[in-house]
Parts: sequence; C-alpha cells; structure tokens
Amino acid sequence: MAKNTVKIKKPLMEIPFIKSMIVSLTTVLLGLIVGGILIIAIGKNPIEGFQKIVFGAVSNTRRVGNTIAYATQLILVGLSVAFAFKTGLFNIGGAGQMLMGGLMASIWAHNVTFLPQPIYYLSLILVAGISGAIWGLVPGLLKAKFNVHEVVGTIMFNWIAYWIVYDAVKVFIVDPTIIVKSKPIPMQQSLRTEWLASITQHSYFNIGFFIAIIAVVVIWFILEKTTLGFNLKAVGSNRYCAEYAGIKVNRSIVISMGIAGCLAGLAGLTYFLGFSNIMEIGKSPSEGFDGIAVALLGNSNPLGVFISALFFGMLKMGKGSLTAIGIPTEIADTIIAIIIYFTATSVIIQGFWEKIIKKHSEKKLLKQAKEEK
Amino acid sequence: MSNYVIEMLGIRKEFPGIVANDNINLQVEEGEIHAILGENGAGKSTLMSILFGLYQADKGVIKVRGKEVSIHSPNDANDLGIGMVHQHFQLVHNFTVAENIILGKEGSFVYDIKKASKKIKEISERYGLAIEPDMVIEDITVGMQQRVEILKMLYRDADILIFDEPTAVLTPQEIDELMNIMRNLAAEGKSIIIITHKLEEIKAVAKRCTVIRRGKFIDIVDVATTSAAEMAALMVGRPVNFKVEKQESVPGEPILSVKNLNVMNAKKVLGVSDFSLDVRAGEIVGIAGVDGNGQSELVEAICGLKPIESGSVYLNGKDITNISIKERNDLGLAHIPEDRQKRGLILNAPLTTNMVIKEFDKAPFSSKGILNYSEIEEYSKKIIERFDVRSGEGINSRAGKLSGGNQQKAIVGREITSQPELLIAVNPTRGLDVGAIEYIHKELVAERDKGKAVLLISFELDEIFNLSDRIAVINAGKLIDIVNTKETDAHSVGLMMAGIKKEA
Repeated sequence: MAKNTVKIKKPLMEIPFIKSMIVSLTTVLLGLIVGGILIIAIGKNPIEGFQKIVFGAVSNTRRVGNTIAYATQLILVGLSVAFAFKTGLFNIGGAGQMLMGGLMASIWAHNVTFLPQPIYYLSLILVAGISGAIWGLVPGLLKAKFNVHEVVGTIMFNWIAYWIVYDAVKVFIVDPTIIVKSKPIPMQQSLRTEWLASITQHSYFNIGFFIAIIAVVVIWFILEKTTLGFNLKAVGSNRYCAEYAGIKVNRSIVISMGIAGCLAGLAGLTYFLGFSNIMEIGKSPSEGFDGIAVALLGNSNPLGVFISALFFGMLKMGKGSLTAIGIPTEIADTIIAIIIYFTATSVIIQGFWEKIIKKHSEKKLLKQAKEEK
Repeated sequence: MSNYVIEMLGIRKEFPGIVANDNINLQVEEGEIHAILGENGAGKSTLMSILFGLYQADKGVIKVRGKEVSIHSPNDANDLGIGMVHQHFQLVHNFTVAENIILGKEGSFVYDIKKASKKIKEISERYGLAIEPDMVIEDITVGMQQRVEILKMLYRDADILIFDEPTAVLTPQEIDELMNIMRNLAAEGKSIIIITHKLEEIKAVAKRCTVIRRGKFIDIVDVATTSAAEMAALMVGRPVNFKVEKQESVPGEPILSVKNLNVMNAKKVLGVSDFSLDVRAGEIVGIAGVDGNGQSELVEAICGLKPIESGSVYLNGKDITNISIKERNDLGLAHIPEDRQKRGLILNAPLTTNMVIKEFDKAPFSSKGILNYSEIEEYSKKIIERFDVRSGEGINSRAGKLSGGNQQKAIVGREITSQPELLIAVNPTRGLDVGAIEYIHKELVAERDKGKAVLLISFELDEIFNLSDRIAVINAGKLIDIVNTKETDAHSVGLMMAGIKKEA
C-alpha cells in the first residue's frame, strides 16, 4: 500500500516543466474566460470573437507567416528577459537594445553590399548582437561598479537609444522622400528571401525565425548544461552563497546583461530587417516590453518562452479581425494583461491543482482499498 | 473534562516521499512548560506548524481547552490564543518595536501608536523583557529581537506560546535570560511549548517532555526524574556519547597564519584589530568569545569575503591577503559559514547544485564548460549518504525543504568532502541534535587527525572546550590570549571573554 501511495503521487505535477506548463495554461484559460466575459459585457459573442482572432492569425499561409514573423521578435526579447530573470536581473531595456541592434544592422545593410549571402547574414547577426549586447553590458557594468539598479540603467539606455536612432537615421540612412523614416532595405539585404515569401503568399516570414529557434536552443543549453549557466543561476538565486563559493558576482551580472542585451539586439534585427524593412524615428518598439509578459507566461523557460511568444503573437496579429464583428481590438491587449495578472498568482493556481490531484489520488486509493476487501 | 490546554491526537502528515508525522500525540497541561524533543527532521516543526495553522494534518484531532477545533491559518491560531516564535524572526528591520508589534493589528485606519506603546511597555515590564517600544529593530541584538517576537504574541493576548528552537541564535547569557522569561510566563499562567533538541535547556525549564523520533511518537517523560542521557537515548534511539574521544594532538607546521590583521566592521570601525594567530596542521584552535566581538569579521577577512584594512593572511606559507575567494578555495580553504541560509546554501536549488557549488567548474563535474550531471549526482549522493542528510527526494530535494539540521549536515559534508587544508567552522553544530553534534565533532577531530588545520568559532563554550587543542579568546576584536585547553578552565576563559586578562 505504502508503495502505491508514492507511485500515484509522483506523476505530472512533480515534473517541474509540466507543472509550470499546467499553471501557464490555466492562466491563459482564465485570461480567455475573463476576456470572454468582457466581450459579453459589450453585447458580443465571445466564441465568435475568439474565432475571429484565430482566423486573423492563422487562416491562411500568409497570415501564419505574418504571425510567426511577428512572434519572432517576441521569442527573442522574451528570451532576453527570461535569461536575465534566471540570473536575478530585470532587463527592462529590451526596447533600447532592439533599437540599437536594428539601427546598426540597418546601417550595415545599406552599406555592406559586397559579401556573399551566408557570410552577410552572419555579419548581420554579429552586428545586431554586439550592438544589443553593449546596450545590456553598460547597465550591467553600472550595476556591478556603482550599484545602479539595472531597471534604472536599462530605462535610461532605452531613451539614449531612442534619441540616437532619432539622429542616426536622419544622418545615415534617411529616406529622402520622408525624413521621419529610413530608406527601405532591399530584399536581398534583409532577412526576407524570395523563397520564404513565395511559400507564404508574400508574408513577412523571414529567416529571423530560424535565428530565434537557434537562440532558444542555445540559451536552453547555456542555462542547463554549461558551467556558465550554473554560475549565472547561482548568482541569480543567492548572490551571497555564490560569492562565498568563489563565483565572481559582478562579472556574472555583466555577462548576464550582455547576453540578455545580445538577444534583444537580435530581436531588433528580426524586427527592423525582417518583419519590417524600415526604421521610423521617434518610435520605440513596444515588443521590448511585451517580452516581459512573454517571459512571465513562459516561466522563464526557453521552450516556455517560445510557446508563449507564439501565443501572444497570435493574439496580436489576430486582433485586427475583431473589428469585423464590432469588437474593439483592445480586447486582445486586455486579455494579455489579464493573463499577466493571473501569472502573478501562479502560486495559488499551483496550489489549486496540487489539491485537486491529491484528492483524486486519495479517491483512487480508497477505491483500491475497497476492491481489496 | 481534562485539564489539557492543548491536545493533538493521532496526528498524521505526509509530504511527497516522506511521512513527517505518523500518529503523534501531544498533551500540554495548562501553565506548564512542555518540551518537544527530537532530532533534526524528526517532525517537531511540522507538528507545531499544524498546531499553528501553517499546515493541515492529513489525519488526527486537535483540541484546544478541551474543544475540538480546526485550524486553517495562523489567524485561526491567533484567535485561539496560540502564538509562535519562529526560528527565523518575522520582523521588519527598519520599523520600531512598537510598529512591528502592531503590524497587522493596527486597529483602525489611523492607528494610535502611543496607546500601543504604553501597552507594550506594560507587558515588557510585567514579564521582565526589557524592551523599549521605540527602538528600531536593526539596532537591537538578536536576543532582543526574539523578545520582541515574544512581546508580539503577548500583545495579541496569546496564552499558549510556541517556541521553535528559540536558543539556536542566542548567546549563553541570552539563553539564561530567555529561560527566566519562560519561567515568568509560566508562572503567570501561560502554557509554553518549546521545540528543541538541547537537553540542558529542557532540564532547565521544562516540566514534561514529548519525544519524537523519525515522525513517530516515542514517549512522554517527566523531566525532573529523567536524566539527560536517558532523554538523548530516547531521541536518537541509541546511547549517545557526549564527550568527544580524541588523542593528544600532534601539531605540525602552521597552515593558517594571520598577522596583525585589521578589519572594518559594518559600522566602519575596526571590528578586528591587530589580530595575530597561527593554526598548525593537526590541531584544532577554538576561538571563544561573545557573539559580535569580531569573529565574523575575522572569518570573512580570512575567506576573502571582507576587505582587509591592513595586515596579512598566509595559507600554507603563501600570502593570500589579496587573492580572490576562488583562489583561496582552490588552495584548500574550506568554510562552514555562520549563516547557512544566507551564505551556505542556495535554498531554491537542489542539493546536487549545492554540493558542487564550489567545484562545478572543475573536473570531473565539468569539462570545457559543459556540466557532467552523472558525476555531480554521484558525488552528491556520496555526501548525503555519508553525512546522513535526510530529505524527501534525496539529492533532488531543494535545499530549502530540508530541516535546519540537515541543511547544516549537507554544508559540513560538502566542506569536509572537498578535502581542505584548512577548515574554518563557524558554529558548526548550531541547531543540531546531539546525535548529529556527536557525528560532526567526530568528523572535525578526524580532519585534525588527518593533519588538517581546523579553526573553530563557536558561541558554545562547551563545544570549544570539547574540541579545541588551543583556545584563542577574542574580545572587542582583539586577541586577549591563546591558551592550551588543558591548562585552563571555563571560568578563566569566561573572564577573558569579558576582556579581563590574567597577568601571569
């Protein structure tokens, strides 16, 4: 009997990934329910509303392509925030890091036209990654050296990037016809390709998505399999213990912010040279902040981030179709916000499921006991 | 009707993979001091958490003053007049005593701090707690913080008081004070439950004692008529040896040399001043002193956790004054830290991570930056088996889920297994039961006999005398004297701890 108890109690909820998955799905469900209630409140049919969102996001290959192309940035910024979270830091500088990655890669794209394609892509990744990394590293250094909180540092760097873009676009890559944006990047110089466009009915789908997938795998690998990940996670969980164990805490903070910045820089690359092909001045990408939501819902797990970015991508790209039946598109953003609120209560949700599963297993035991009699 | 104020009957509580409480009974009489004795992880804290509403029992009945009750939260417990002083205090550090005490009980929106202060003062005087309501928590000693916790319960009119390992953080003097306070409280009709594994404390204050071993009720004994040895045997399940058996030490060359060390403390004054000390291979040097006399600063300076003002530190003849913590660890410095939850462990990481936290970047635990999990697991398993670290899910348990004693055993295991040249042990047995203390003492002596140098810092004079070959006494950051353990006694060391040096 005693052995049975252990066996029945062990499943599913005990596996950390499944556990956080169940919790995340519950928050999504709750978010949708509350969103549905809101739709009812304005006198519309929620089922129809959700159908419209799904329709808008995935009803044909072009829409699927656009949704994935949009989710690409979310994956990368989400990873950036998640990586920083794991190491105990809050990277709120995704927007600035995206801008710098995007700006440098755009300037590169307009000027470096002589490289063979694969090497050119690699050079783009390096330029965007390094630019973003610098935009994360410096706030990391400020924190390590002068104890400037990374939230303050990264927000300051968001604004610095904002104004740099404001001037740099006008100086280096301005569109002569409209001075508030840059010249469009020609397709062969961007992440878009003829072939990907042709199989997705000319959507924005681009090789940035593959960069994002590689990033997911690499970040998972770093966190789970390497001494670097061990090091950073130790600092994130208990910096005093890490210090005692001989880990250089300040160095870890700088490295972590650098990697987080690099990921957001790549998001800038996929956004400004893939999903879009221009940079507008005076605009800060909201994806830099959406990444926080993605990381929260994905429980800072690389695979979780991937899935939640696709989900948020669907909501964002599908919401336009809501207007067709008179539902304001803000409903979709509201649903995202509600999901984030519920994510904050994940402990309660986890407790709820654990209770249910325990009751279930007790019933099972009782049944067994009766049958044995 | 019985005159039991608390009755817990047939309590059972299971956690995944472990039965923490198995059919436990507890009966506390009104106005008595009742001790619950058990090893680390025996289930004492779980039982009290059930009484205090932090956990719900899977089975069993709780009666308070003869009436069956169900306690779902600490608020329910408070309403029943049950209060608890936790091992780790729940105080807001930059609030005053009065603010902390009324926190959660402010009454109306605009609270009357003066009225509260007056009541606090009255209670403090009545029970001899010597607490002023307007003192700020971060400025007062640990012992006083604990008395604030006691005040908090009394302020809320609790008359059943639970103390969870109350003496683990106290100096000997503070322990005496606490014992007096407990006696006062009992004399005033309060019923007290004290969770502990320190037999002398039970002997000192308790009337009766319930013994728990591995989640099971073992016995309830009358303290006056039961010897400490008998209680220890009940708790551990075998006879226990209180004295450490050890041979005469055979010291060799100095392993650790501290020369004219000056270290600033948190208040930016010299916490350690002009301190010089040698610890030789094959000897245990104990540092005796009242808490807060520079022990922490000394240890942190040697380990590289605190900058040195002037002076130097040598390990095995090598100047380590200015090298990194990592380099010191690699040269064979091991350190059982003072605060196991802050420094010693990553509480939300599994034991595997914690066991290799200092060595994960070395072979065989990793190569070329890639972790080798099977080696890490095997090594962790070795430590927890050898040092009898008990946990729900073995090496995959999160360190924070272990009982305090098992956390300590894990740290001691990690540090000893790393085969150091110098082992610095700060209160290595704080919060441990006699069985575990006996074991760790043996291990420390075994390290010494292997020719390692051991620097022991302890607030328990018994432990210092039991283990040390030489005793260095520290007071106000200065070395008062170093004496051979054989040629001194507790009285003269006690005088030196107070800063009085006998002139030869």
